Amino acid sequence: MSGTRSTQSAIWTVALLVAMLMPWLFYNYHTGRHSGFVVSMLSQMGMMSILALSYNMLLGQAGLFSFCHATFFGVGGYATIHFLNMAGDGGLPVPMELIPILSGLSGLGLAIVFGYMATKQRATAFAMITLGIGELMTTAALSFHHFFGGEGGVNANRMIGHSLFGLKYASAVQVYYLILAWVVLATLAMFFLTQTPLGRMANATRDNFERAQFMGYDPRMVRFLQFALSGFFAGIGGGLYAITYEIVTFDALAAPLSANALLMAYIGGSAVFGGPLLGAVLITLLQSGVSLLSNSWLVYVGVLFITMVMFAPNGIMGLVLAHRPVARAGLMGQLALPYLRVILPGLLMVLGFVGLVELTSFLTIGAAQGRTLVLFGNRIDVHALLPWLISAVLLFGGGFWFRVEARAFHRVWERLMAEVAPARALA
Amino acid sequence: MTDLALRLTDVSKAFGLTRIISGVNLDVAKGERHAIIGPNGAGKTTLFNLISGRFLVSSGEIRLNGERIDGLPPHKINRMGLSRSFQITSIYPKLSVFENLRCALLWSMGYYYSFWTPLWIQRGLNERTDKILEDLNLTARRHTAAGLLPYADQRALEIGMTIAGGASVILLDEPTAGMSNTETDNAMELIRRVSKGKTLLMVEHDMKVVFDLADVITVLVYGRVIASGPPHEVRANAAVQEAYLGALVAA
Repeated sequence: MSGTRSTQSAIWTVALLVAMLMPWLFYNYHTGRHSGFVVSMLSQMGMMSILALSYNMLLGQAGLFSFCHATFFGVGGYATIHFLNMAGDGGLPVPMELIPILSGLSGLGLAIVFGYMATKQRATAFAMITLGIGELMTTAALSFHHFFGGEGGVNANRMIGHSLFGLKYASAVQVYYLILAWVVLATLAMFFLTQTPLGRMANATRDNFERAQFMGYDPRMVRFLQFALSGFFAGIGGGLYAITYEIVTFDALAAPLSANALLMAYIGGSAVFGGPLLGAVLITLLQSGVSLLSNSWLVYVGVLFITMVMFAPNGIMGLVLAHRPVARAGLMGQLALPYLRVILPGLLMVLGFVGLVELTSFLTIGAAQGRTLVLFGNRIDVHALLPWLISAVLLFGGGFWFRVEARAFHRVWERLMAEVAPARALA
Repeated sequence: MTDLALRLTDVSKAFGLTRIISGVNLDVAKGERHAIIGPNGAGKTTLFNLISGRFLVSSGEIRLNGERIDGLPPHKINRMGLSRSFQITSIYPKLSVFENLRCALLWSMGYYYSFWTPLWIQRGLNERTDKILEDLNLTARRHTAAGLLPYADQRALEIGMTIAGGASVILLDEPTAGMSNTETDNAMELIRRVSKGKTLLMVEHDMKVVFDLADVITVLVYGRVIASGPPHEVRANAAVQEAYLGALVAA
């Protein structure tokens, strides 16, 4: 156990160091500037990490499927815009570094109200109530102009001239480090919560709510407290969003962002504490990186999600952790060749799929935008048969080959698992 | 009436028009080991569900240590000192065996819904959990996910989770169901050990367990009590022999 724990803290430390150094890896010494794209992507990763981790307090830890998590993120954001404006006018003597606490409290306040309603039920009924709450809040954001500013949203200037460290937060990189500090704080706090009586009983009611009742716990109270606290952290995320962009519109609380939270937690792995954070980083990378390259990036996110749900319901962290017994027994070497044999046809298959998607996309959206598909410097005629044929052959040929190799891999895996591995508790 | 741990007065339960329990009266004295037997479908588990608050009674009154508990939700009844096990094993399958037992201790040791107490430094709590693990012979399985335990170990864990909280009245619903002879003997030994000084009410099909363990036996047939008393009286009761034991003796 202690070996695992030191490995874990090593991974977390390295991740933090990387996050701290990243802006400097993309620093242009000629202009003396950080890459604006990279810094804004990193900032986005930070906020999304908090959103995904707080969402997982419900999904992974309490087994609650919420469709309104962005509500608390968004309201934290809206409130923060107003706090910033008040602070800028001198009406709120709170330094910038502590504003996210107020954002969190705004999320908490609303989560107490809505949590009281939603946590009366569990399972499907709970999910339905949260779906309703999400829609209600989206409508409210568009109707109540005084607080939400309608479609245009509300905006503020983050240079409130009040900082614990004398910082102005004029540059994006300063804001990034503020976000990073809050990601660290919020992550530590959320991890701490998993190790408390409430955190444990959230796991317990997830596994078997009825048994928890016969141990003196009211499952509804457990759900309610967990829901309220997750709203607090979502609010912090929203506050950081408001500070970064200085504008908040209804996108920050609408359903697509709630769905994103679910996606990130699920793809990263909801059964492991750090999983959602990994998911947030990956999905943000896809959103910022792939969206520059392709019109169809949402298709890829969607397919990734479906593939994960079908074949790896425990997410990426689940996949990684499944290797732990093999690694402990020192047998990872035996998996190298089988993996290589799966990856090659897998790549061909993905290539074929991407080809087909891109061809289709350029045939329709691309044409409308007047763009042409260029590959390795060659213009590709999307109306010709050949590129379609090649892509289709790659997809189906690669797919068939992949299936054969995947079966072989499965046999090796089963043999290894039988050799090692009395299974252990997840969390 | 304070020497009574449980008193059921004229308790009835109907689902729609179907009456499952009809006017049951039952007294369980403090410290008594009381078994409820009866053929399949007699309403034994339903009676447990009524006592533990899982179902609401249709009529009648249930008292725990003199206080009315009918109509209260299960968690409140549990806090008043009544704990139950389930016929179909009811544990937290993804949590480790240790966590399963620790969860069972949390409320009774006053941790309630605390989200500010770090569990890893609660020495008293963790030591007590380990003590119970030892009592159950599950120390070697401490880190195993409860859902991966062998069946007999899951049953032992089920009993452990039921008694861990220190409730004074314990309801066990077929604790030895599905066990081999050796496993049954071990389970009986375990029950005898952990129920010392407590009131025990159990549903059981295994007559050997019932006659070995129980001070008082109540026979339930079609939702009615047809006999109640010490084992030798019940064994000699003609109505019981006809309705229930007779079939077994003949076989």
